[in-house]
Amino acid sequence: MTGYIVRRLFYGVLIVLGVNLFTFVLFFAVNTPDDMARLAIGGRHVTTEAIEQWKVQQGYDKPLFVNAEASGTAKLTETIFYERSVPLLRWDFGFSDAGRDITYEISQRAGPSLALAIPTFVLGMFASIAFSLLLVYFRATWLDFWGVVFCVALLSISALFYIISGQYLFAKLLRLTPYSGFAGGWDMLRFLALPVIVALVAKLGPEARFYRALFLEEAGKDYVRTARAKGLTERVVLFRHVLRNAMLPILTSSVAVIPLLFMGSLIAESFFGIPGLGSYTIDAINAQDFSIVRAMVFLGSVLYVIGLLLADISYTIADPRVRME
Amino acid sequence: MPQFVLLWTDAALFALILGVIAYAWRVARSPNLRATWGRVLHDTPAMCSAVVLLAFVLVAVLDSVHYRPALPPAPGAAADAPTAYSPVTLSVLDAVLTATVPAAERSWSAPLATRQFTKETELVDGEPVRDFPRLQYGGAHLADEAGWAADVTQRAVLGLAGGLAAAMALALLVSLLLALRWRLGWREACRDIAAGVTRVPWRAMLITLGLLCLVIGVVAGLSSGYHVLGTDRTGNDVLVQALKSIRTALVIGSLTTIAMLPFAIGFGLAAGYFKGWADDVIQYLYTTLTSIPGILLIAACVLMLQVFIDTHPELFPTAAQRADVRLFMLCLILGFTGWAGLCRLLRAEAMKLSELEYVQAARAFGVGHGRIILRHLLPNVMHIVLITVVLEFSSLVLYEAVLSYLGVGVDPSMNSFGSMIDMARTEMSRDPMIWWNLLAAFVFMLALVLSANLFADAVRDAFDPRGARFRVRRRRAQRSPA
Repeated sequence: MTGYIVRRLFYGVLIVLGVNLFTFVLFFAVNTPDDMARLAIGGRHVTTEAIEQWKVQQGYDKPLFVNAEASGTAKLTETIFYERSVPLLRWDFGFSDAGRDITYEISQRAGPSLALAIPTFVLGMFASIAFSLLLVYFRATWLDFWGVVFCVALLSISALFYIISGQYLFAKLLRLTPYSGFAGGWDMLRFLALPVIVALVAKLGPEARFYRALFLEEAGKDYVRTARAKGLTERVVLFRHVLRNAMLPILTSSVAVIPLLFMGSLIAESFFGIPGLGSYTIDAINAQDFSIVRAMVFLGSVLYVIGLLLADISYTIADPRVRME
Repeated sequence: MPQFVLLWTDAALFALILGVIAYAWRVARSPNLRATWGRVLHDTPAMCSAVVLLAFVLVAVLDSVHYRPALPPAPGAAADAPTAYSPVTLSVLDAVLTATVPAAERSWSAPLATRQFTKETELVDGEPVRDFPRLQYGGAHLADEAGWAADVTQRAVLGLAGGLAAAMALALLVSLLLALRWRLGWREACRDIAAGVTRVPWRAMLITLGLLCLVIGVVAGLSSGYHVLGTDRTGNDVLVQALKSIRTALVIGSLTTIAMLPFAIGFGLAAGYFKGWADDVIQYLYTTLTSIPGILLIAACVLMLQVFIDTHPELFPTAAQRADVRLFMLCLILGFTGWAGLCRLLRAEAMKLSELEYVQAARAFGVGHGRIILRHLLPNVMHIVLITVVLEFSSLVLYEAVLSYLGVGVDPSMNSFGSMIDMARTEMSRDPMIWWNLLAAFVFMLALVLSANLFADAVRDAFDPRGARFRVRRRRAQRSPA
């Protein structure tokens, strides 16, 4: 077990290194720092001196990979690649192009992101499973048929519509919740109610349909028929046998997603004005702040790798038939 | 004679349509494929949605024939001077729409309105009066606004009659063709269709077609004098924008999946067939790619692309070309970032297949690796590819809206549902509310995505009857953005 985990961990580190190299190539080799400087300075102010000055200011005035002018190890360390990539591995994200400490910003914004993402995740999973169980309980009836139609209709609507119509209905017409914004303490509930409800509705369609297919597949198995044959009621069969067995893959696959909750949700946070990591990322994209985008890419990939690792471990714990190779 | 322009996405779209026709020809000749597609053809919801989808494709094709109209010869120019062409690239759809829909107003106006939505100061008899001004084109034929209701009803009824006539004519044509095909009398063919006993659900399809004709008829009748769905902030007709957005959505939905196929098929089959270090390398590649948050990767690529376009203006002479290249590259970027899911499925399937007897036999006969992959593996995984392509279509259409909202989608000058929603978002908070922009985008998108979903479900059921769920699960952060 330990050897397996260590091997997976090593693989994860390898992937993080790959991501780092890939994003570096994407951000610096495709477009030279000169291009970025022109973009940042913008318009008519672009002169050679201004570009040089910007590059010195941002620390982009060194060669990309190999510094021929330096000697010894400095050949490799006195480069943009070294200065920009290695600190990331130490969790030092440096400063944004606007001059703010990215690490501090991330630590400030993780809280609001999680405050939205965790209730959405837990309640969303609960609602989808409950709804799909209802459909499975009434399978092959008109309720099941129209339930599936409802799901297909729900998943054919863009998430943006749910947000806009939710804001219109609850905030403008009924005046139950504020349009957008965020506050600490108990006020948070007032601000988070609407985003969570909207996210629940948006997720219900695809997830309930997926879970329904999963449960139906499980309900067609032999042991379920045996359970029915020995006279158990449908309710007991569904909850004690089908649900318990089908929950296993659902839970293990959702373990992989849990670390990613940190990243927040881009759309919901920017629509509802929640100062989390999602809106931070969007602001960075809009401001074309490459430092922040790179930091967020790095953070996201690390979290994804952690999720993969957790999923692997939970598979082996949950299902003894899965051997660790 | 106008000068025809073939933009990149036009060429890709036409090539795609040719490819679909070639595939249909192949299906018709292969009994196996014909039986499978037969299951789709006998599915009522799928065929009704196919009718709707075809209507959308027709609009997109009309919008893909681009040309630059010839300008009238300059006064005093020599008779043999070369014809000058307009710098604006138009499409056939533009030409049809400018002929039928009232021209652009100055600002917002509600659907079917005769007056502008916002007040302006006008000079009436030398006195400045602050009032809602009459629209320049929408309802301008009305001398007296009291006749508005009667006029609208008259136009709607006329349009309805036209739609009814078109529906009748189409139904007649279809039934005649079917009667010829079935070698029956026309009367018997009609009886079969009306009774709904045909295996292909012709009755439901004809009803869908009829309803479509009626809707188009009413809208066309009304838009002869009014802005049926109102106008937006700059006075452009919302109906025109929605119709022009269809092409963007279809291009993104179809070209992206085509762009991801080479990576997915090549890498997936190679990994599953060769195993060993090739498998390790390819697995590492796609795990690395999926571990980068999808939206961020796309945003980074699009930002890079924008920098490239900005620094090389000489490559793209017209604005339409610039917007088109951005759309084309966006499809490539989405394809490049999205191939991992399909690759994983194909790898697993190829691994399973390469252990089967017929592949072993081929190897024992000394058939080369490339030939085994092409002749024995590829045809046997095509159903997975097909299912993925049709399933991905609708989620990509929805995804485009999200990307455009984030500002990393299509060029702002190009109509798309995403930019329509983005614009409508700020208008919702006005009082009284401007709802028609959002409604138009909602209705068109729902029709497109819902019919694509229904059709995709039927295709999946036909090609994957065991319900093995070959559903590519994109990263959750990407799939449900809310």
